[in-house]
Amino acid sequence: MDPASLLYAKTHEWIHIEEADGGKLATIGISAFAIEALKDLVYLELPEVGSSLTAGEPLGEIESVKAVSDIYSPVTGEVVEANTPLIDSLDTMNEDAYGAGWLLKVKITDDSSLAGLMDQAAYLKQCEEEE
Amino acid sequence: MTSLLKTPMHDWHAAHDGRMVDFTGWSMPVQYSSIIDEHNATRNAAGLFDVSHMARFRFDGDQAGPFLDSIVTRRVENLKAGQIRYAMVTKEDGGNLDDILVYRLADAQGQLYYWVVVNAGNREKIASWIRERLPESGVTFTDLTLETAMIAVQGPKAIELAQPLVDVTLSEMKYYSGCETQILGQQSWVSRTGYTGEDGCEITVPAEIAVEVWRTLADGLAAIGGLPCGLGCRDTLRLEAAMPLYGHELSEQINPIQADLKFAVSMDHEFIGKAAISASIEDGKQMKRVGLQMQGRRAAREHYTIHLGDQQVGEVTSGSFSPTLDINIAMGYVQPELAEPGTELEIDIRGKRHLATVVALPFYSRKRKT
Repeated sequence: MDPASLLYAKTHEWIHIEEADGGKLATIGISAFAIEALKDLVYLELPEVGSSLTAGEPLGEIESVKAVSDIYSPVTGEVVEANTPLIDSLDTMNEDAYGAGWLLKVKITDDSSLAGLMDQAAYLKQCEEEE
Repeated sequence: MTSLLKTPMHDWHAAHDGRMVDFTGWSMPVQYSSIIDEHNATRNAAGLFDVSHMARFRFDGDQAGPFLDSIVTRRVENLKAGQIRYAMVTKEDGGNLDDILVYRLADAQGQLYYWVVVNAGNREKIASWIRERLPESGVTFTDLTLETAMIAVQGPKAIELAQPLVDVTLSEMKYYSGCETQILGQQSWVSRTGYTGEDGCEITVPAEIAVEVWRTLADGLAAIGGLPCGLGCRDTLRLEAAMPLYGHELSEQINPIQADLKFAVSMDHEFIGKAAISASIEDGKQMKRVGLQMQGRRAAREHYTIHLGDQQVGEVTSGSFSPTLDINIAMGYVQPELAEPGTELEIDIRGKRHLATVVALPFYSRKRKT
């Protein structure tokens, strides 16, 4: 995916939205900036297909050598697909954060949950401030 | 916010992608590339560490030995020139103020003196503890931390890397020995010590030549497969070697016996805390430091609680993925009856119980040549 066309959450998740079956389907991942900060990934936990997610609530965990962090759901919806092979090849996230490193596909059940997301320019500004 | 202390190598770290963090008031690199890569470089070749944040104290005078004897858990008055001993500074109640290295050194004229290397975060506390107890005469105490820099070269190729800099033969020096040496024509010090579980040495130089010494060593790394290393892998390396870290395995609430550091206490001299530590040896009820191996893929972290059935029986003090062993390892304190290797316990990781087994320490020890 082209990172310039994605939306971003304050908590460093990226979101790609597409129209599907009369609704919105979100693909969710973790930004390259956040992956670079975590660097040495050792563990990833994802929710099961069918799980309900709430925007702003933890959806899983990601662990590096240094620390464990929550991954927050940027949208409200239902998990329709999880990238489970990723759990055994965490390097994929370092190599291709916006492609093969995706985490979940989520059917959005509440469009208003998208309201707080940023475009790339706003997100990059936030990253600059965090550095 | 108070400004952070910087080592002479600070600009080098920043210019080489060092991720700088506040470590006990010092701006230090946690990593340059990857913690795992830096860790493996140290185990397999060589790692170069800026450890200038560690406090370096010098003691001169004919009463220096007896004075140090009175405040540390091992006898150091009888050390010969070149010998180094690991010991602790304890309070009256046996609680640990710091774990330190005591070096006995001789200058060019054969005059004996001591160095004491103290944890960075305990520099002011230990300096005050010393000043309050110094005898009126016979001991001169100098804090040389800011005038000098300390560089650790660790790993199987560390000696090969460091040898050209010094005018002593490092391979002929025993582990835990040290001496004065000339580096770039300046009075310096070198010791066969470290905090990684690997072979290697630590070099102390005047601050003015530190960057040049560091650069010389750093420039030699690529040819031998080594890397500059941050505090991140220093932590995973010392954890595999089961070396305690002050503020984690050691604190003022923990005495050396609980920490399984009886070897660092000798009862052949009088020191502050001796009576309490002596009583502690007889007390079978104290929590004890153990090694833990996780059975799953989750790492236990500091402050995670340890359980047996419904009971909380201990707490984790350090834990991480082990790059060398490819398992998750931890150290912590548990009730003494649960300290036997093989004991199966559970650790609460963010609300879920995960199986852990008590294992013998260290997790990793290097194969020695002899």
